[in-house]
Amino acid sequence: MKNLLTIQDLRVYYYLREGAVRAVDGVSFFMKRGETVGLVGESGSGKSTLGLSILKLVSSPGKIVSGKILFNGNDIAGWNEKKMRLLRGSRISMVFQDPMTSLNPLMRIEEHLVETIRTHQKIPKAEAKKKASLLLNEVGIPPERGGDYPHQFSGGMRQRIGIALAIALNPDLLIADEFTSSLDVIVQFQILNLMKKLKASHQMGLIFISHDISLVSEIADRIALMYAGQIVEFAPADIFFSEPLHPYSEGLLNSVPNIELSDQKLNYIPGMPPDLVRPPDGCRFYPRCPYGEDICRRKEPPLVQIEKEHMVKCFRYDGKKSRT
Amino acid sequence: MASLRVYVIRRVLVAIPMIFILLGIVFFIMRVVGDPVSAILGGHAPQEQIERIKEQLGLNKPILFQFFDYLGQLLRGDLGRSLIWGQRPVISEIWDHFPATLELSICAFLVSILVGIFTGIIAATNFGRFFDHAFRLYGIITYGLFIPWIGIMLQLIFGVYLGVLPIGGRIGTLMEPETITGLYVLDSLLTLNMESFISAIRHLILPSLTLGIYLSGIYTRLTRTHLIEVLNKDFIKSAWARGLPKRTVIFKHALKNAFIPILTMMGLQFALLLVGAVLTEITFSWPGMGTLLFERITYRDFTTVQGIIVFFALIVITVSLLVDVIYAYIDPRIRY
Repeated sequence: MKNLLTIQDLRVYYYLREGAVRAVDGVSFFMKRGETVGLVGESGSGKSTLGLSILKLVSSPGKIVSGKILFNGNDIAGWNEKKMRLLRGSRISMVFQDPMTSLNPLMRIEEHLVETIRTHQKIPKAEAKKKASLLLNEVGIPPERGGDYPHQFSGGMRQRIGIALAIALNPDLLIADEFTSSLDVIVQFQILNLMKKLKASHQMGLIFISHDISLVSEIADRIALMYAGQIVEFAPADIFFSEPLHPYSEGLLNSVPNIELSDQKLNYIPGMPPDLVRPPDGCRFYPRCPYGEDICRRKEPPLVQIEKEHMVKCFRYDGKKSRT
Repeated sequence: MASLRVYVIRRVLVAIPMIFILLGIVFFIMRVVGDPVSAILGGHAPQEQIERIKEQLGLNKPILFQFFDYLGQLLRGDLGRSLIWGQRPVISEIWDHFPATLELSICAFLVSILVGIFTGIIAATNFGRFFDHAFRLYGIITYGLFIPWIGIMLQLIFGVYLGVLPIGGRIGTLMEPETITGLYVLDSLLTLNMESFISAIRHLILPSLTLGIYLSGIYTRLTRTHLIEVLNKDFIKSAWARGLPKRTVIFKHALKNAFIPILTMMGLQFALLLVGAVLTEITFSWPGMGTLLFERITYRDFTTVQGIIVFFALIVITVSLLVDVIYAYIDPRIRY
């Protein structure tokens, strides 16, 4: 099967007075049609910037410096605004983190949908309206509420509306940036289930950006774990959760509390992520790594291929799964 | 929409006590600042003449009675009579001068809004670049200028040095169009009097620019600030991500949201517009309410001054009422 999206050595820097912040620094990964990639990392790891750069919406002073973004086989990294605009919202769309602020407060829900549909499809207003009510119905909003304004809905309902907007034109790829983070846990799972259902019925690829590894485990086919602007491990989800290879993956999975164990000590990874203006020469995780060796300090580890679809950025793995 | 109607009705009801409080303030302040009788008769009139005038003006009654008499008069649309020059009814003095002020205010208002919003948009969409800094400076400088100074500079440049525009008055001599609305531009158009129309426009340009430029700075800064803020909001990011064209994102989504505080400012600025109009009129010998007010203050024509202030105050209240209604119409979240 052909890849829906392949990212090759992508670099996105923010040019500030203090220097270039290397928010995304040499990232590569891929996904197939209909798959879900869980893009996981702590805040500041560059995952949101990576999400935005796929739509080429990184705002100034951010800039895509180099790399390839192959979408359906075309390298869109070099596309101009005009071509990108036709792609945005129709082939690749995005759901944002805060449903309270991601809808225009002065526009009715229905207008949001009709406007989006009619931007990409030249169809009469009445027809777009009909489509809008079908979409609302699909995400579980009573269509007769289409005439209401955003402030008349709860957070969960607004996120449903955000999803309706994102799937309005049957995109091939949906980027969801922390789209359940501002909701309470019960609503989170409702929205996540809705997303699973829609993904199957629309056959969409999904990039699920989140800091919450247990939430990601509910939905992802592949995991891309980011640390300090780089992907440190990219693996099929089941393998990642059963046999994490990178020391950061290991530490992260260990720090998820398990409610079945009582009296448990809360595990965490000591230290802080590095400064992305002047990242360390060697491995960026080295200062926090329990297995760190001399070479890790001096040299940046390569992305080692363990199996066909499993990669890890660490000196401890030299093309084989066993630990050296 | 039913809730909008309820809101409007409620807002109108709130305006009524506001009007009475305001009338009270104007009335009592006018009693404090001087004695109308000595203004009419001078300081050395015989006692019985003073008593007669007091009787005639109703000034011998207790002050509250005077106030209620005055309110009664107002309700009948009577602002009293001028104390000088044949004692014309104040209301007809006002109607004679109001169209000139209205014409100037409308044009100046349009200049300030158009210039302010346009420069604000350019500054915001060029955030941190040359035009941003330039228009920010423009916003600060114009706000700090003194109206007569702007007026005199424009008169010097366009009237004296270049000699292309008249430096005072409302229209060329004997060119007044037939009165229909009292607005020369409109009247001359309605009567198809092209000569008057051109003359009226030429006379309007400098005063409107003077007042308009003075008032535009605050709109430049306000539009810039709020547009930048809105452009960074999630729903704008989301609009870009849906592939909407730039035009739609900036004007339909961003500007409309940024417009709400601008509208509030328009309501607040309206009083400043009237004050500015007074100064502009004096600078350009514009025969409007400002010139009238200035002239009557120097003659101590109490009733006319009081009438003009009441008239201005009523306009300000009406406009703020209107602004609130438009506000509620644009922003569905506002239903108090």
